[in-house]
Amino acid sequence: MATSFDVIILGGGPAGYVAAIRAAQLGLTTAVVERDKLGGVCVNIGCIPTKALLHSARMANVIRHDAKDLGIATGEVTTDYGVAMKRSRREAEQNSKGVEFLMKKHKVTVIRGSGTLAAGRRVKVGGDTYEATKGLILATGSRVKGLPQVGLEIDKAVVISSDEALFLERAPKTLAVVGAGAVGCEFADVFSAFGTKVTLIEALPKILPLEDAEASDAVAKSFKKRGIDVIAGASVKQATVGKDKVTLQVEAGGEKRAVEAEKVLMAAGRAVNTENLGLREAGVELTDRGFIRVNPVTLETSAKGIYAIGDVAGPPMLAHKGSREGVHAAEVIAGQKPHAIRYDNVPSVTYCHPEVASIGLTEAQAKEKGLEFTVGRFPFSANGRARASNETDGFVKILAGKKYGEILGAHIVGGHASEMIHELAVARENEYTVAEVDLAIHAHPTLSEAIAEAALDAMGRVIHI
Amino acid sequence: MATKVVMEALSPTMEEGRLIEWKKQEGETVAAGDVLAEVETDKAVMELVARAGGVLRKQLVPAGATVPVATTVAVIAGKDEDIAALLGNGSAAPGAGAAKPAQGAAGAETAAAAETAGAAETVATAETAAAAGKAHPAPVVAAAPAAPATPADGGRVKASPLARRIAAERGVDLAGIAGSGPGGRVVQRDVERAPVAAAPAAGAAPRPARALPDEGYADEPLTQIRKTIAKRLVQSIGPVPTFYLTAEVDMERAWDAREALKALGPEGKVSFNDIILKAVATALRQHPACNAWWQDDHIRYWRDVHVGVAVAVEDGLITPVVRHADRKTLREISAEVRDMAGRARERRLRPEEYTGATFSISNLGMYDISHFTAIINPPEAGILAVGGIIEKPVAADGQVTIRRRMQVTMSCDHRVIDGATGAEFLRTLKTLLENPLALVW
Ligand SMILES: Cc1cc2nc3c(=O)[nH]c(=O)nc-3n(C[C@H](O)[C@H](O)[C@H](O)COP(=O)(O)OP(=O)(O)OC[C@H]3O[C@@H](n4cnc5c(N)ncnc54)[C@H](O)[C@@H]3O)c2cc1C
Repeated sequence: MATSFDVIILGGGPAGYVAAIRAAQLGLTTAVVERDKLGGVCVNIGCIPTKALLHSARMANVIRHDAKDLGIATGEVTTDYGVAMKRSRREAEQNSKGVEFLMKKHKVTVIRGSGTLAAGRRVKVGGDTYEATKGLILATGSRVKGLPQVGLEIDKAVVISSDEALFLERAPKTLAVVGAGAVGCEFADVFSAFGTKVTLIEALPKILPLEDAEASDAVAKSFKKRGIDVIAGASVKQATVGKDKVTLQVEAGGEKRAVEAEKVLMAAGRAVNTENLGLREAGVELTDRGFIRVNPVTLETSAKGIYAIGDVAGPPMLAHKGSREGVHAAEVIAGQKPHAIRYDNVPSVTYCHPEVASIGLTEAQAKEKGLEFTVGRFPFSANGRARASNETDGFVKILAGKKYGEILGAHIVGGHASEMIHELAVARENEYTVAEVDLAIHAHPTLSEAIAEAALDAMGRVIHI
Repeated sequence: MATKVVMEALSPTMEEGRLIEWKKQEGETVAAGDVLAEVETDKAVMELVARAGGVLRKQLVPAGATVPVATTVAVIAGKDEDIAALLGNGSAAPGAGAAKPAQGAAGAETAAAAETAGAAETVATAETAAAAGKAHPAPVVAAAPAAPATPADGGRVKASPLARRIAAERGVDLAGIAGSGPGGRVVQRDVERAPVAAAPAAGAAPRPARALPDEGYADEPLTQIRKTIAKRLVQSIGPVPTFYLTAEVDMERAWDAREALKALGPEGKVSFNDIILKAVATALRQHPACNAWWQDDHIRYWRDVHVGVAVAVEDGLITPVVRHADRKTLREISAEVRDMAGRARERRLRPEEYTGATFSISNLGMYDISHFTAIINPPEAGILAVGGIIEKPVAADGQVTIRRRMQVTMSCDHRVIDGATGAEFLRTLKTLLENPLALVW
């Protein structure tokens, strides 16, 4: 095997493997070092398997609650998490194989093993040393972490993380989920559909704390309706971990409560993989928060010729942000001057039901910035397609600048929010205002009409309410 | 017979002209000699007159566009005459710079205008109609040969809908703005940084005061006259066409003030250079025209005031920069200069500490130099050379008295600063130094 490449990438997650493909497209000889499975967290224990489980969950809920009304007789509906889990594993495996195929197709060398930096832009893997002549990219990603301060060290049996939840053979009877960001909400949704009594605990005042308050409220309402116990603004004071149960002392709104559960799923933050890489020796600096410090224009670290992308390079810790950085870093190394990444225009999506998708500012942020804006809203309950497909939960909300109608932020809650947000991402990327969004003719009947209506509403011209 | 209206050379040196305003609209009957449009040349605002009579059938260039001399800008013809042939090659007139009208701001307006025009004028494209349509006051957006946002083939200006809206509302000419979006597209931040252009309707009226935005500076596209001044001066005198202005300042009061501060103890020790720096920063704030960078295709007017101070080091010269000097107290300036000058001599300044000045000062007073000229640090547009404070006989109120006097000489980049502009700045500086209390006022 060659020992010298134009580009070497440490980590084969969505940031690293996409960087590799782009580098290869640009004619650079490229190698990816991966110690585990190609595709990283996202493909193997993140985005993809969770979405497979969420599909099972959604189908279970639809069949359970709507089938009869839709004219479908089912008899008694039972669920088996083990079966759903196995299907999610197959999808993840398939996806990882797909990445392997893409590496072959683009003649990217995959070096198996754990890599560390050595002097002079070199990487050591086991006993071998490889040299990156043009650029070295760090894409080592992140991992789960517990809350040892309150006694919630992940023990993989009672105190678990997404890493274990994705491999359970059966759904626990009761589950406490600590942390109600995207991952916490998605697992709460999944397990609740598989018959688990779920308690969802969030320290900040609302679940999905990074989303617009209205979106958070809509999801909380839907969760409560399905019997999920949502406790927000709550801090876990203490945890007593037994052999097959855990008791959490939770304080919320001045009140103390004990939450008992068979397992507790930790979904409050992730730790980045920056240890044992030889970063300090290589002159790669970290930020105060522990991410690798990069120049946002070039993604180069404080060490010349070494770049960082994906979760290790800082928030938002999302696969699509990492992939974009991968493309960007490869282009910079190839000598191109790619257009700067707009970190304020990265869509954020939670795939529970109803889905929450957003881009740009929340209403609270826009207020805090002292911006003058109007809010355009349209509920799916007034949308024909949503009614026809029984997806009337949720709304589209657009914050438009008062003077020019620029789209400051957009928030969609609803059955297919994740697919719909991109219309507004394209609009924002190209600086279309609500006027241009409305001018584009939206097919009828579609959920997307709600976007056009919300844009109209921001201009005071909504049609269907 | 159909006649092409071309951009005429309205002055001997004119190579291109900016069409400020159409005085006749499409469909209007015109007679030979009628004023069709107002055009800004390198020298002045002049009138473009009709050379033939008929109906102004088509405007090929929107208000605000800059086009080379000899470009066809309109067609005059009989009411029902077929002018398709003229339009076919008309607008693609000489050179790469021929401007085509740009698209209207809002899609809604574009669509509406296209409808109106489409009925009347079969040859009009939607874009032309939007830009020239009278029912819809389309924003002034156009291509200018020098504008980076304009594609080389003379097509329309690339700009986002939001940028067009803001430009239309503020009266900014998109053609003069360098786009920072993909492919040189003009985006929101570009327009927001651009200063408000001359209002077309105001004709020869003076340019509106520069509205300095929240960013540290405003980039202003070069007007025809500035372009010509720049071109000629560079030919005549070298890459930075410099002229010099000298003034003599009475330093009695500054002297007293410094003594008074000194009496406060070691804390109060400030140098004359610190006082001059403070005065320069304060004066720059009042004369943003002197606080600017020459940027080849535009001038960057800084809102922030960063003053560089030349410091002699062992084998040369380095210029530490007091950032936001206008917002700092004399005491802060004094401490900062002392610290940076010390470190400069030890070669321990960080690059960001000696770059980015918006104006500089060079002081040789301590060497008993009474008067000298300093060389401008491009892209800065000015530098002040400060001589020593010398006691000399001065006539005042009909009497000869001995007073402490200081000569300052400002070197000005003529492409940015004109004689009167520099002189006004110096007058303010002199007033401030002669009444040092004004520095804290
Ligand atoms: C349960 C869950 C659900 C998620 N769902 C979504 C979602 O729906 N959408 C979304 O956008 N994001 C989601 N995320 C986040 C997403 O998975 C991450 O943002 C993404 O995987 C980060 O990509 P990355 O390439 O930076 O790192 P990773 O995916 O973490 O990949 C890093 C790779 O580097 C390898 N590696 C690390 N160190 C070394 C070394 N020294 N030598 C060799 N190899 C090394 C690792 O084995 C790993 O394969 C989810 C995360 C979780 C946990």
